[in-house]
Amino acid sequence: MKPPRKVQFVARESYRMRRLMDAARFLPIFGFVLVLLPLMRTSTDTEVPPTAVESTYLFIVWFCLVLVAFVMSLGLRRALDPPKQAQPPLPQRRNGGTDPETQRDDVL
Amino acid sequence: MAGPTRRRSATMSFNLLVLTCLGYVILLFAVASAAERSAAEGRARWLRSPVIYTLSLSVYCTAWTFYGAVGYAARSGLEFMTIYLGPTLVFVGWWVILRKLVRIGRENRVTSIADMISARYGKSNLLGIIVTLLCVSAGTPYIALQLQSIAQSFTVFAADTASTSLAADRNFIAFWVAAGLALFTIAFGTRNLDVNEQHPGVVMAIAVEAVVKLLALLAVGVFAVWIVAGGPGDILARIDAQALPEWHIQPGRWTGLILLSAIAIICLPRMFQVTVVENTDDQHLATASWAFPLYLFLMSLFVLPIAVVGLEIMPEGSNPDMFVLTLPLHLGQDGLALLSFLGGFSAATSMVIVASLALATMVSNHIVVPLWLKARAAQKRDTGDMRLLVLSVRRLSIALVLGFGYIYYVITGGSAALAAIGLIAFVGVAQIMPPLLGALFWRGASRTGAALGVTVGTVIWFYTLFLPSFGPDVILSARVMEEGLLGLAWLRPYSLYGLTTLDPLLHSLFWSLLLNALAFCLGSFLSFPSPIERVQGALFVDIFDRPGPARSWTRPAAEAEDLLPVTQRILGQSEGQQFFRAQAELQGKQGYLPDITPEFLEALELKLSGSVGAATAHAMLAQTVGTAVVSVEDLMAVASETAQIMEYSAQLEAKSEELSRTARKLREANEMLQKLSVQKDAFLSQISHELRTPMTSIRAFSEILMDSEGMSAEEQHHFAQIIHDESIRLTRLLDDLLDLSVLEHGQVQLNIGPALLRDLIDKSINASNSVQADRNFRISRNRDPEKIEIVTDAGRLTQVFINILSNARKYCVSDDPQMRISVRQRDGMVEVDFTDNGTGIPRDKQALIFEKFSRLTDSMQAGGAGLGLAICREIMLNLGGDITYVPGQGGACFRVSFPVELKPCEAAQKPQHKDAEAAE
Repeated sequence: MKPPRKVQFVARESYRMRRLMDAARFLPIFGFVLVLLPLMRTSTDTEVPPTAVESTYLFIVWFCLVLVAFVMSLGLRRALDPPKQAQPPLPQRRNGGTDPETQRDDVL
Repeated sequence: MAGPTRRRSATMSFNLLVLTCLGYVILLFAVASAAERSAAEGRARWLRSPVIYTLSLSVYCTAWTFYGAVGYAARSGLEFMTIYLGPTLVFVGWWVILRKLVRIGRENRVTSIADMISARYGKSNLLGIIVTLLCVSAGTPYIALQLQSIAQSFTVFAADTASTSLAADRNFIAFWVAAGLALFTIAFGTRNLDVNEQHPGVVMAIAVEAVVKLLALLAVGVFAVWIVAGGPGDILARIDAQALPEWHIQPGRWTGLILLSAIAIICLPRMFQVTVVENTDDQHLATASWAFPLYLFLMSLFVLPIAVVGLEIMPEGSNPDMFVLTLPLHLGQDGLALLSFLGGFSAATSMVIVASLALATMVSNHIVVPLWLKARAAQKRDTGDMRLLVLSVRRLSIALVLGFGYIYYVITGGSAALAAIGLIAFVGVAQIMPPLLGALFWRGASRTGAALGVTVGTVIWFYTLFLPSFGPDVILSARVMEEGLLGLAWLRPYSLYGLTTLDPLLHSLFWSLLLNALAFCLGSFLSFPSPIERVQGALFVDIFDRPGPARSWTRPAAEAEDLLPVTQRILGQSEGQQFFRAQAELQGKQGYLPDITPEFLEALELKLSGSVGAATAHAMLAQTVGTAVVSVEDLMAVASETAQIMEYSAQLEAKSEELSRTARKLREANEMLQKLSVQKDAFLSQISHELRTPMTSIRAFSEILMDSEGMSAEEQHHFAQIIHDESIRLTRLLDDLLDLSVLEHGQVQLNIGPALLRDLIDKSINASNSVQADRNFRISRNRDPEKIEIVTDAGRLTQVFINILSNARKYCVSDDPQMRISVRQRDGMVEVDFTDNGTGIPRDKQALIFEKFSRLTDSMQAGGAGLGLAICREIMLNLGGDITYVPGQGGACFRVSFPVELKPCEAAQKPQHKDAEAAE
């Protein structure tokens, strides 16, 4: 069967959301490249590697990644589909409805 | 937590240490059971909060990373960071893989990574077994490593006390630790079966331990940086001072280890357990995407400073793996040392608990239970109560896994080889990555490919890394290590095909993953997947698109009565009945027995797979239901059904359009009929009036004539004249009616002959001049185009012209009435337009003027009965032409069209055409 046809152009809000998703996909790639940078800086000629500088650099990159991921997660939360709305009330995940906590989870 | 002791001695009493540990463990027990209780009562929503979820992910940081990272840093500099950078990248990139993985895991109630792979590839238990064996062989040494680190930390503390003999017996410590952890895991990991493998108690305890180990490491780090050293600047200087040439970043290892740890964070059974199985909400992942990298960041922030300070202060030859513990001890900080000990203890125990739980679930769901079911089926015996069985098996498996770990530890004797096992285990579980990625993103990935890939990868991992890691002559003989298997140099474990430049770890990672992926792809290209595989593939890969009615059951042949006992055996009596009842209700039925529909079987299987795994659940249902599992033909039927439905709906759309067109026509026709009916009624009253008026005057005057005694001849003549006139009027009216009737029925005799159109128009104008002769009517015409020789019934055509011209003279409302006559010839037809400058005919009347008995006004001018235009139209139709009203010409405009040369057959055909029109 054919998948439902995708919309070609979307409103400003959805457009922003999609670019945010793109950014979320790119982030690990940029991060990977950034943590590989020390490889290109070190030369084996020097007797002792510049560990202090490199470690400072790596921890800064690391912290920036955390910050960017934090900011992105705020926006991406809204893009997460509301779980299990189209599903019938049963089957539920646990105890078939005796557990109010999972019921609340399903509603959220 | 037990309070730190105040004694300033170099070491603490072993007994105190044991007591502290016991106290800590009791605290964990309390936390876990409180969490279980809250969850059971359905309150304490914070138990499932994103913070707890993130903290539970910290089982990634084991004792190997808690103690070992500092040792790693002391030996290789920054390379220890790779172990944390890989997971960081995976988590900040959660949108790509983890989001899908977690969603699939939750919606399919996956119980372990083996279950995930087996469910995706057609619920194949073979794959489940392969993955389980791989995970157990990679996980057991890892558990041994944790036992070792705990035992080691005990001996560090108790080095000089009276209880040295006891404390030095590491095997003894390891045994009791293993036993205690087994007890804990069994108590909180196997409390009940049907909880979709979610364990709030365990998760809560892990979260507490995560906080403890983070605080411990931070405390030691702060101590090292600000108390021992003089702050960050000083520590950076010391780092450079202590840096060794071996601390150079090696490009191959750096890149390879980042990738390896990125794979491991997804594939490690214990990580899969906390990330996917214990997940309750996608939103938690959004929080973990930054919070977990932050946790790792904090965990590794002080590793290098501690290592550097340790290298500087600690005596030569002390084990850098234990710096976190020995540094505070050496400096007389017993309290800090105890905290750090508890941190290491936490890291080790949390890993062991989750890993043994995850492994035990796999072992019971994929190996023991299926074997047992098979044995029962072979003996043709009832399966009995499965709940107790599965729980017992799981408890036994936990004990077994921990037992294996312990035995492994004893046999290897806590050798240095054990320290390397962390990364070796990573390479082992990395073999699951290709089929896992295939499961998420490639619908064409097949069971054969996955099984081949994992098997090939595992074998290579065993041969090139796992077995050699024990050292020469332990399992692999030194000769094999040196000269290769069977003396073949290209089969040397550490340099397959002569790849000598890579270090053993990268060498093994490269070859195993390469051949694994190759076998996986080739197997998938060349095999043909079973229908269930294809259904599952679509379900997994398109999880966010919610694909159509793909399902793995069809035409079930079982009765609900047969299925209920099976369900009860796994879910328990009340739970099973409740589920059946709810399903029956969902179908709109009363009682406990729903109809066995494919949808119901699907739901039941999902429910059961939350307890025993997809493969076992499917096998059990298949046993009861028979082989009514979906076939390729069914899949194609579903697809073509969908196509048919789409085509059918398109047809329906076309039909409904046609219907609405017809309805519109009918409505128009109906309106016309209603108007006509009103007109007819009006006409009947009018015609009787018209007939009656002359009749009345005729009767009156004839009566006067009958008493004609005192009447002059002149008077008599006058009255007779009136009677005569009235009779003529009557006759004309009747003539008209007769004429129309004759014309309508096509019985008219046409007198066809040649004529000049101009003459006919001249004659018509002259004849119509008598109508309201007092009105000055200007007529404008162009005589040249009128010179057309026509062959037609000239008399009838003239009658039409006269009628139109007379009507114009009668009805044209204008102070300066004009009439324009224009003639055109087109395609063998002549068109004559008569346009006046009056008000024209209102739009709503235009459709009616050619109907019989229609009159625009009620005035009885010229004695017409509303038959004139109707007769005109009949005449024109008989002449093979037509008369139409042309709107929007600045007045009334009638267009008379007729053929230049009328052939008798055309005239004869016309009435038939008209009948056909009426029938429409």
